[in-house]
Amino acid sequence: MNGSKDQILARIREALRSQAPVPGNHDYSHLAMTPSRPKPELENFRQWLPPVESNSENQWDLLTKSFHALKTDFGLLESKARLIDFVLELQRVEQWKRVGIHHGAMTDEIASHLEIEKLWVDEGYDPQAMEQCEVGISECDAIVAQTGSILITAKSGGGRGLSVLPPHHLVLARTSQIVPDLPSAYELLYKRYGGNFPSMISFITGPSRTGDIERIVVLGAHGPKKLTVAILKD
Amino acid sequence: MSQDLTHRAVIKKALGAYEIKRDENRSKYLNWQEARQAASEIKWEAVNHLDHYLLEMTKNLEARGTKVFWASNAEEARQYVISLAVEKKVKSIIKSKTMTSEEIHLNGALEKLGYDVVESDLGEYIVQLNEEPPYHLVFPAMHLTRGQIKEIFKRKLGSDTSDLPEELTMVARNIMRQKYLTADMGISGANFGIAETGMISITENEGNARLTTSFPKIHVSLMGIEKVIPKLGDLAILLPLLATAGAGQQITCYNTMIGGPRQPGECDGPEEFHLVLIDNRRTELLADAEQRDALHCIRCGACLNVCPIFKNSGGHSYGTTYQGPIGSVITPHLRGLQDWKHLSSASSLCGSCTEVCPVKIDIHHHLLHNRRNAATQMPVWWERIAFKGFSIATANPALFQLGIKIARVFQPLHFLVKGTLFDPVRAWTQTRDLPNIPAKSFRQQWKSKQ
Ligand code: SF4
Repeated sequence: MNGSKDQILARIREALRSQAPVPGNHDYSHLAMTPSRPKPELENFRQWLPPVESNSENQWDLLTKSFHALKTDFGLLESKARLIDFVLELQRVEQWKRVGIHHGAMTDEIASHLEIEKLWVDEGYDPQAMEQCEVGISECDAIVAQTGSILITAKSGGGRGLSVLPPHHLVLARTSQIVPDLPSAYELLYKRYGGNFPSMISFITGPSRTGDIERIVVLGAHGPKKLTVAILKD
Repeated sequence: MSQDLTHRAVIKKALGAYEIKRDENRSKYLNWQEARQAASEIKWEAVNHLDHYLLEMTKNLEARGTKVFWASNAEEARQYVISLAVEKKVKSIIKSKTMTSEEIHLNGALEKLGYDVVESDLGEYIVQLNEEPPYHLVFPAMHLTRGQIKEIFKRKLGSDTSDLPEELTMVARNIMRQKYLTADMGISGANFGIAETGMISITENEGNARLTTSFPKIHVSLMGIEKVIPKLGDLAILLPLLATAGAGQQITCYNTMIGGPRQPGECDGPEEFHLVLIDNRRTELLADAEQRDALHCIRCGACLNVCPIFKNSGGHSYGTTYQGPIGSVITPHLRGLQDWKHLSSASSLCGSCTEVCPVKIDIHHHLLHNRRNAATQMPVWWERIAFKGFSIATANPALFQLGIKIARVFQPLHFLVKGTLFDPVRAWTQTRDLPNIPAKSFRQQWKSKQ
């Protein structure tokens, strides 16, 4: 059963028999444009979007600036031992008793040092049990310097719920996962998943927020109140 | 109504902060105008080959287990969701923001059948509790002060909090948490449909759409047919434009692409994913080549935010699902030109909307096109008679003065019938005040000054 598919398509085809004017040529702004414009395609978007310098030092500066503006907590950890300390310190301060977590190279390592109850999500899990977790720990696909976004998928981030239900989302990442901008993040998605994308892909940019009451920003509207990114230098 | 100054102040304050942030983020672009042009070309390509891209998108979605339903009108879309709810023995439904659902009046239809339907977006939840339609495409409750929201929560939820936005937000958060986990159906909108990979994309700040599409075992998404774009990578420019133009953000907090129900090997997600594609007279707008670019709209809300009419008369005064300049352009197409042409006349034609629109829709010229079309079409008979009478009276000074004299005598008695069936100017006075006729006319003043 697909409803009025044929009727709608017929109406569309009938409607499109008339030709629409060329896009966006009605106001004077086009005068400022180059006469032969590059095509509106992924590899050209960088010519117009906010710029990102290619050296990694500058990208790190940009990223930390974004993290500050978004109220994303982060740590740049020199070694594995430091990373473990960083997480254990968080656990001590926030007194986690239960953690939601998925299997992965970095998460497994951390889990082996966390002596608290763990909800492993990989084989399916009880959402009510996840609701009881103080924190969800996941890996990610990439971190976008330009926007301070974390790119996760149902595959890299332990499914759909782990990164959004617990009140604190802790992301484990490596410096090599930092990409300069959104176009690079999409290029990475094409390359990594090609014809077989996970059923959910999400750019997470800061902890959950709302401005629905007098446009005043409140963190932790429905998703995590806190987002922490622990980045291991490599 | 004409003197609701507090209301105006609330709107002004909310939009002032937005403008500063928007300008700041816009200035970071290497070339904002070229970025708009690119977005406009992407949407042009999709809308002008709509059949092709819709088929590509639905084929890819169906290949991964999504059920696609094509709805010609609101009734078909509502019926599909209702039958699905009946068939799957759904009891409670959680929704994330979808203007398309407002357009087809889905909540009312579901509630009438006894379903428990909750809006999870904070602003939507507030206006749902307050039993009114959203005030703004993107900021549904921007007209309410924190004090009013506190009262609404107290009245409807029995909560007893201060009027701090943090506390009020937490009231909603706590109520909603269990709803995500126990609802049988999650209903969302879709900001974009992606042809190339068979996905929908949802933009939000709160995480409520993520939750709505993660836990309930059935996910239904409502999408207007014009929302399709050719490629996944197109989002790399559309997402930042949407966020910057609409909310002054560099990018919105959650941008999520969903390509089906839970896939083999995944640990969670809904068992079923249904996409309801809605025409509901969009094809009529499509047939109007001159105004076809109105279908490029990504519902960012920027044109509302800068519109002097919206800022002064407010979102509810339109009486439409889609408010502001773009609402005034498309509503006559979606709901009938003669009934909705007045919206196109209520414009100063300043052109701010066209200037800010991230997909370069020629909004203010379309308002003129609507005016022209409305005048060329035959107006209804009583309107023709009324205007005939008006032109006779105004062309004849004696008749005009007589009219004013009579009106001056009767206007003090107007309050007796104001807004009722006996009121000759009811259509106006139901929601507005009629200005008083001055005690002395210009002619009389002129004479006395001679
Ligand atoms: S018409 Fe343009 S500015 Fe207005 S809501 Fe649509 S995309 Fe935004």
